[in-house]
Amino acid sequence: MNTITEVFPVLLKGMNITIIVLVLSAALGYLFAFIAGLCRLSNNVFLRKFTGVYVEVFRGTSLIVQLFWFYYAIPMLFNINLGNDLLAGVLAIALNYGAYMSEVVRGSILSVANGQTEAATALNMNRFQKMRLVILPQAIKMMLPEFGNYLIQMLKATSLVSLIGMTDILYHGNLLRSSELSMAPTIYFLVLVFYFILALPLIFLTRKMESISKKGVASQ
Amino acid sequence: MTDTTIKKEIKKQDFSQMEPIVKYEDIHKAFGDVEVLKGINLDIRPGEKVALIGPSGSGKTTIIRMLMTLEEPTSGEIIVDGKNLWHMEKNGQLVPANEKHLRAVRGNIGMVFQHFNLFPHMTILENCMTAPIHVQKESKASAKQRSIEMLEKVGLGDKLDNYPNQLSGGQKQRVAMARALVMRPKIMLFDEVTSALDPELVGEVLEVIRDIAREGEMAMVLVTHEMEFAQEIADRIVFLDNGVIAEEGSPSEVLEHSKNERLASFLSRFRS
Repeated sequence: MNTITEVFPVLLKGMNITIIVLVLSAALGYLFAFIAGLCRLSNNVFLRKFTGVYVEVFRGTSLIVQLFWFYYAIPMLFNINLGNDLLAGVLAIALNYGAYMSEVVRGSILSVANGQTEAATALNMNRFQKMRLVILPQAIKMMLPEFGNYLIQMLKATSLVSLIGMTDILYHGNLLRSSELSMAPTIYFLVLVFYFILALPLIFLTRKMESISKKGVASQ
Repeated sequence: MTDTTIKKEIKKQDFSQMEPIVKYEDIHKAFGDVEVLKGINLDIRPGEKVALIGPSGSGKTTIIRMLMTLEEPTSGEIIVDGKNLWHMEKNGQLVPANEKHLRAVRGNIGMVFQHFNLFPHMTILENCMTAPIHVQKESKASAKQRSIEMLEKVGLGDKLDNYPNQLSGGQKQRVAMARALVMRPKIMLFDEVTSALDPELVGEVLEVIRDIAREGEMAMVLVTHEMEFAQEIADRIVFLDNGVIAEEGSPSEVLEHSKNERLASFLSRFRS
């Protein structure tokens, strides 16, 4: 019992970094997902191909390697200083999950029933109006549950930033374990509990989104 | 004067001298290797009610979908109000129409679909007022008022804030008609609008079409399997078979006095 009260405040110190990385990665990740998802549906061949390469490269390689690229390799190779570890961490997670989620965006838009586009055409809407007034409101509802699932995954992925020296929950746990090896079981048990407690509201959010997404959508 | 005499008066109007609002000129349409339409020439005049009948697969729906710009002809031209629909002039040459051109020409055309295609994320009032506001740049107050009036006219004044999934098929189709009508089209296309409905709901939808037809100002093209209804409201019936117009004329000419054998066998299926 003693060890738990000892470990708890140490891990708590990493909580804010974990949350900051999650919030920034999620916001940026959704943004990338929409940009890439819409680009892949564009009429412009170049744009489609370019985003296709982005999606496949980021889905096809491991997040941790991408993280090391952003933190170690790119600054050295191109002499671009990303400034700090936060930017490198957030960019890697956001670009990686953005690539996955762009497929969700693309798939949801494509699965809005064709009749919806036709009705919008019959009302003489232009492409932009069709997308904004008819397709996206329905497609976004379909995206929500998947977005929720990816949010939970992003939370777990944030633990990788401890490997580039960011002081998140796992970093503080590892640090404590390196000085007190005997505490390892307690430390890693509590680390799990921390992540699970952070994930709980996201799990409920995802459930909620699933029920929202069942209403008001004409899908194929 | 009773309703029927008014209706007959409208029906007896002679459209043949009027300038067509829509002209199909030698329209061909192929889907892959299958040629669905093999040279369609068809004129529709302002205010005229035309019923397209024919076996399924004869290309009736494709004809009106091309007019609504949902399907592009393989060859031939469609002229709407004197303007070429699928081609535009650029540096003195005819080139395929871009979206801007299509939008400019199709603005006077409205369409009602077999499966309603209402927007499920909007109330029925929003379904009606969205396009006038965003497409025709009408003020919100005016679009709302006209939409309410139109929904009252189709008998749904008490459902304004309902969502489409709370309505019956017949009610959905009446919303779809109101949504098309608030755009004040000169040409309305009806694509088998009663085919997806339960039999007991067909009547209420036909009643609304009858009302619209009675007002008489809009040209209407109806793809339909309701022969009696076509006979009642159409000025002209066009029988399509195998991708060509096999017979066309007044309802009595086509439905009662035609010598076309294919037409006779097609019609016999509706008379049991």
